[in-house]
Amino acid sequence: MDFTSLNFVVLIAALMVASVPIMLAAIGELVVERAGVLNLGVEGMMIIGAVCGFIAAVETGSPFLGFLGGAVGGAVLSLIFAVLTQTLLANQVATGLALTLFGLGLSSLLGQNYVGMKPPVTGKVPFGPLADLPVVGPILFGHDWVVYFSILIIAIVWWALKATRLGLILRAVGENHDAAHSLGYNVRRIRLGAIMFGGAMAGMGGAYVSLVRVPQWTDGITAGAGWIALAIVVFASWRPWRVMLGSYLFGGITVLQLNMQAAGSAIPVQYLSMAPYLITILVLVIMSSGKGRAALNAPASLGQNFHATR
Amino acid sequence: MTRQTLLALEGISKSYPGVKANENVGFTIGAGEVHALLGENGAGKSTLVKMIYGLVRPDEGQMTLGGAPFAPAAPREARARGVAMVFQHFSLFDALNVAENVALGMDNPPPQRELAAKIRDVSEGYGLPLDPARLVGDLSAGERQRVEIIRCLLQDPKLLIMDEPTSVLTPQEVNILFDTLRKLASEGTSILYISHKLEEIRTLCDGATILRRGKVVGSCNPREKTARELAELMVGTTLTPPERAKIETGEVALEIKGLSVRSLNPFGTSLKDISLSVRKGEVLGIGGVAGNGQDELLLALSGELRSAPAAITVLGQPVGQLGPNDRRRVGLLTGPEERLGHAAAPDMSLLENAFLTGAVRRRLVRNGFIDWLETKIFAEDIIKTFDVRTPGVLTAARALSGGNLQKFVIGREIMQEPAVIIVNQPTWGVDAAAAAFIRQALLDRAAAGAAVVVISQDIDEILEVADRFAALNEGRLSAPVPTKGLTVDRIGLMLGGAHGMHSAEGHDHATA
Repeated sequence: MDFTSLNFVVLIAALMVASVPIMLAAIGELVVERAGVLNLGVEGMMIIGAVCGFIAAVETGSPFLGFLGGAVGGAVLSLIFAVLTQTLLANQVATGLALTLFGLGLSSLLGQNYVGMKPPVTGKVPFGPLADLPVVGPILFGHDWVVYFSILIIAIVWWALKATRLGLILRAVGENHDAAHSLGYNVRRIRLGAIMFGGAMAGMGGAYVSLVRVPQWTDGITAGAGWIALAIVVFASWRPWRVMLGSYLFGGITVLQLNMQAAGSAIPVQYLSMAPYLITILVLVIMSSGKGRAALNAPASLGQNFHATR
Repeated sequence: MTRQTLLALEGISKSYPGVKANENVGFTIGAGEVHALLGENGAGKSTLVKMIYGLVRPDEGQMTLGGAPFAPAAPREARARGVAMVFQHFSLFDALNVAENVALGMDNPPPQRELAAKIRDVSEGYGLPLDPARLVGDLSAGERQRVEIIRCLLQDPKLLIMDEPTSVLTPQEVNILFDTLRKLASEGTSILYISHKLEEIRTLCDGATILRRGKVVGSCNPREKTARELAELMVGTTLTPPERAKIETGEVALEIKGLSVRSLNPFGTSLKDISLSVRKGEVLGIGGVAGNGQDELLLALSGELRSAPAAITVLGQPVGQLGPNDRRRVGLLTGPEERLGHAAAPDMSLLENAFLTGAVRRRLVRNGFIDWLETKIFAEDIIKTFDVRTPGVLTAARALSGGNLQKFVIGREIMQEPAVIIVNQPTWGVDAAAAAFIRQALLDRAAAGAAVVVISQDIDEILEVADRFAALNEGRLSAPVPTKGLTVDRIGLMLGGAHGMHSAEGHDHATA
């Protein structure tokens, strides 16, 4: 195999783009889980975001409205989850899985007439001469706005959770919903907000797949990215900057395996393609076997339904 | 001494489907008064204070606070009017630090750094030192309560509501708390003190209102009454303390040697080198402040946590490596603290719940099938013998009141005639009559030749039933001592869970 054909500057620039969908979905899910809700429907919200974003972009001709459409689509789908689990107190795991199945089916229906179309191109942010700098140029100044937006969102979530009152209340609700309720906080409303934020982020991540990464519409386009996002939240032990690190790691593996395929690696293609998923499983096993730190950091009310008694 | 009235309640009523939680309740609290709200579990005390704190709205009646009408729709409104509350089950967040916990209970908290300085000031001013940066999950029960109190004090309350504040404290910690409360009262803060512990009320409170089944049945100055008079007002009947037959203890039935087990919970307490032996016919009481390893000890004994085979022996047979059902076969039965969800499956019927632990010893399985007829006989037997008030065996466990369900789950174990029975908090949250019944049943089982271990945070309970007493502190067990002649002070020292208390006591002496 010829490793010299792998250009590391290009590789890093590519992995930043490749990791945007999972990074957006994972930071959304992080907020949801910090509020104490386990929404396993990330994959479903992503693919609905992908199809809604694609349709919106094609119909309006504006990639920006496409991303907005994806976010709205994901948020609306997450609203179904919110009503089922927060108002009707349905089981969160089962509802989340159902949401994924529903999202996959619905997206296939919605996208039927859009197969084979080309979406409007999401252009790079014009940095002028900065983009021509060697090494730094392609890595820092050669991307579309969503790449910068995803990093900005990580920073905002980190700051909000750490330093704002809203973040403190959100953490408190995820930590002990009964105590938060007795202090007079509206647990259901806070969780509803978190779930919709998670849906919007997943939807936007999905739209990035169909508008930039691929860019076209086919059934099952997200190909399990939502599951990887879920794994990353655990891998990051519910911390925003680690979500970024985890996403780049997984994005990096994806890009690397593509490049290795192109470079004519001796390893069969199938093994390379399954690598990100294998590593997802491996990370989850390692994280959940080490009872210490990972378990300590999980929000204590995660996955438990809240019902105000008396 | 005449006081200005701070809070007055008049004709307060609140009903829930099927229950009248409060009916025509009225009383007044003066400024600077420590007023007791006395009643059994289920007498409606908690509902009443939730109305004052704005968590629940009354169906009828009026409240006035400081002369003006008072009808809070949310805790925020109650706080704005100067009402603060320390909850019975702490409203704290383990994974957040002290300052963050305090901030969550305030409506307009100052920035974290200022708040931390304030917490230090106020906590030291009242002899309750606290480090604002520590994680609440790492604090002892007494320290956690300080967090709650400081959270209230920072808002300069006119009325401080305390819901059963001493149930998790050692006697020494109770004294520190009472000093703080007296200091607050002398500064003009009124305190509404909810409890069913009569001696505490007699030492602390200026006035008392007694509730029974949601109604006021009397008010008095508790200092002028004996504890017995108060108890009879509260319960409505005369109480007979459990009797114990003098019995000879036999051979050792349960032996634990060097048992060390890691807790499954990251904030839990691991057991460290526990040794004890209990003879047939003997009752051993294990005391301790909550969270010192009681849950882990019960799990290790029930078989939910495994250990080395020889660490636990029952009737000479090593059982440390066995699971719960195998231990039941040997004769070791347990009753955990949490009734709903641990001792009983909430949504399953009493019939099914009877089967769940009774299957092995009562042979309720025939050729791999459940023998429902035998199970029904067993369940009905428990209900009859232990006076469980339920419409029938098909009622879901969740639908029973705390006392009735507790009688059922303890009865279920005792009816299986165990050689060794271990119970954790057997009468927690249970009314006085049911509690007396359960204690008597445990004593009767010991009289019938079983070794009984009662793990409890209620010192009075241990003194009432146990022959010997051992204290659990940070996962270590003290050497057992006979309960005869044991004083509450001595027990308090044995419990020793007074983490950081020395500095607090030192401070008190300095200011005294």
